[in-house]
Amino acid sequence: MNARWGCFAVGLLLVPPSRSARIPEPASGGELRFCLHAEPKNFNPLMVSEEPDEAVRFLTGGVLIRLNRQTQVLDPELAESWQILDGGRKIEFRLREGVRFSDGSPLTTADVLFSLRSVLDPALHSPAGEPFRTGKDVPSVSQPGGRRILVSLAAPMAGVDRLFDEVPITSARSVERSAHPSEMPVLGPFRIVEYRPGSSVLLTRNPFYWKKDKGGRRLPYLDSVRLVIQQNRDLELVRFLRGEIHLINGLDAESFERLAAKSPGEARDMGRSLENEELWFNQVARAPIPAYRKQWFRSREFRRAVAQAINRADLARLVYRGHAAPAIGPVSPANLAWFDQNLHVPAFDPDAALARLKTMGFSLADSVLRDREGHAVEFSLVTNSGNKSRERLAAMIQQDLARIGIRLNVVTLDFGSLIERITRTFDYESCLLGMVNVDLDPGGEMNVWLSSASSHAWNPAQPAPATEWEAEIDRLMREQAVATSFARRKALFDRVQEIVVDQAPVVVLVDKNALSAVSRSLGNVTPAVLHPQTFWNIDRIYFRGGAAH
Amino acid sequence: MKPLRRAAIILLAAIYLAALSAGWIAPAGYARQFRESPGVRPSAMFLLGTDELGRDSFARLLYGSRVSLTLAPAAAALATLVGAVAGVGAGYWGGWIDTCLARVMDLFLSVPWLFLLLTVRAALPLNVRPLESIGITFLLLGLLGWAGPARVLRAAARDMKSEDFMIQARARGCGPLRLLRFHLLPNLAPVLAAQFWTSVPLFILSEANLGFLGLGVAEPLPSWGNLLAGLQNMDAVSSCPWRLAPLVLLLVVMACFHLIVPMEDFSK
Repeated sequence: MNARWGCFAVGLLLVPPSRSARIPEPASGGELRFCLHAEPKNFNPLMVSEEPDEAVRFLTGGVLIRLNRQTQVLDPELAESWQILDGGRKIEFRLREGVRFSDGSPLTTADVLFSLRSVLDPALHSPAGEPFRTGKDVPSVSQPGGRRILVSLAAPMAGVDRLFDEVPITSARSVERSAHPSEMPVLGPFRIVEYRPGSSVLLTRNPFYWKKDKGGRRLPYLDSVRLVIQQNRDLELVRFLRGEIHLINGLDAESFERLAAKSPGEARDMGRSLENEELWFNQVARAPIPAYRKQWFRSREFRRAVAQAINRADLARLVYRGHAAPAIGPVSPANLAWFDQNLHVPAFDPDAALARLKTMGFSLADSVLRDREGHAVEFSLVTNSGNKSRERLAAMIQQDLARIGIRLNVVTLDFGSLIERITRTFDYESCLLGMVNVDLDPGGEMNVWLSSASSHAWNPAQPAPATEWEAEIDRLMREQAVATSFARRKALFDRVQEIVVDQAPVVVLVDKNALSAVSRSLGNVTPAVLHPQTFWNIDRIYFRGGAAH
Repeated sequence: MKPLRRAAIILLAAIYLAALSAGWIAPAGYARQFRESPGVRPSAMFLLGTDELGRDSFARLLYGSRVSLTLAPAAAALATLVGAVAGVGAGYWGGWIDTCLARVMDLFLSVPWLFLLLTVRAALPLNVRPLESIGITFLLLGLLGWAGPARVLRAAARDMKSEDFMIQARARGCGPLRLLRFHLLPNLAPVLAAQFWTSVPLFILSEANLGFLGLGVAEPLPSWGNLLAGLQNMDAVSSCPWRLAPLVLLLVVMACFHLIVPMEDFSK
């Protein structure tokens, strides 16, 4: 009682009366509704792999450490503290006391041991355990004593703690009951009470959720969350405008403009996201394309000239209606910790691009660029059909390159055919696609930057690095993966970004903004650029009118 | 000729003439991007405004009409020709030839042409220019669309071969080729014409469907298909009704085609 009055008195001293009167106390109650864009397929938290399943796990599951989507810093959750030991070979967690599952049973160290061992078990193939399975040796999990849990890795892994944001903590009995999700005890703010295939998933508040607000009220504020299964994004927007749903993640620029015109306060642009659009040239040695074209694509000067001739500012302004920004490099500035501040947006300069090409023996006559051997510079750009923004990007790039005499043939293919070409047959010349960085840490991008990796877009799965600069990137990425100091890792990864910008194996075009829709009836919604943009702090979101919703 | 039919022919001819004169009527061209004027309203400079990339919508409509109105009849002619060879051959000779060709027709009619078209298109070489790509698209449409006309022509030829004039010609010693050339085909001409005219709007709509899915004509060449794809945003359309111009033109052309084909030809 005294403590409560004490808080009130401090509040009176610090906050002007008129302002304090306007700030409402978060009200409890109400049902929040938003859409899943596909059917959830798996409620077993250990086996979640697709976006709808991840959304359900995020709302219902518990983790030891959670990445704060706004500050991009790790916050303690079920572990009240953790420390990295032995140069990144071990991580030790101290579990929080008094945590209970939604059925009232306590969270024990045995439950945590079960969860971690299951995730790390190669035989189970849990998607959450993939980042840990880097070698033949399997990480081990032990209980040194008390409420401490120790994870020992086969090799040092820099930034290993961030991986635990995706590692679900559950229990053997929860996993057993995952086929009947309404009976599954969970540790998150909500529990599943009803799943109607093709229609919705209903979650209600977990009465034993461990978190409380500053006033001591048990979270979450909301009574329930209804996840409406709705694939069509246009219908999703219509439902939002009708007030049937309250949040939309990942709006496209066109829908955002429609919403902003009708309800300006509900359209939220959070600035650059981690999602970009990029173009790359096929540099695969065995690709079935003419040798002289391969020679162009392998030339740093050619790639840089193309990068210089594309007007990124126009792409952002026209295709994304200003809800994108010219890309600086492979890492978006939205990645606060790892973006290299020394990089700048490459200048748009078609004259300089042409001058660069002329130094390589190219010549421009009658608006046609020809190489030293007289071949007209013409190549195809493949992208997926049905994506209007990407088709418009391609049309603009086509006109920009025409200014320096390059003829670009834009080809839209259905997604399956496109993937077949860029990953198996390599029967393409250049490709335009989007890239989403789901992991802020460079450790999560090893599969992109290592020359031996399957997602090394321009020349995947190389037995040995084809170029010196790729060998240099391999060395830097491997070194940062085991370095223990953040400053050292940052310096190494900055160098990787600089090499990528300098060599331009991928021409990063624009960083798209994170756009979302938030009903004005909601309080405490602070959209972030990271997934899940709008409901990352679901336990603190409330309705301004309380249970009336 | 009925006045309505005559009006339809004149209107269609006028539209086609305007499409052929696109370079003169809309000198800005279909590809040039006026990047400082994206999505502007109709004006003296841009009669139908500009699209999101600042391209002249009127020029794109004219060039798109040229593409659709030239290549759709070509595809229809191809489909009718292949259909005529197969259908008349099957109907006239009958027997195992008829059985085999009828099965092939049934097969083609039962194949989901959209998926077949997607598969064939995905297998094509990538470095084709936009005009070649649209040519290939219509060629595929023509080659895949012969089974419908063939079935109609097969039935007509089968009925006609037992007509009195055919029996008399055969009795006077006419050979099969002479029978076909001088007796059967002239009498099938109205059916062939009807098949051609009904196929034209079908191929225009097929290309429009492909364009709507983003699998039609490659950028920057316009066609009615990719122009119609711009109508997906209904809010933008309601605030800028001139964006409906491609749809209005498509409806007018479809109506003209239906008015041109005399209904009595179907009854033959």
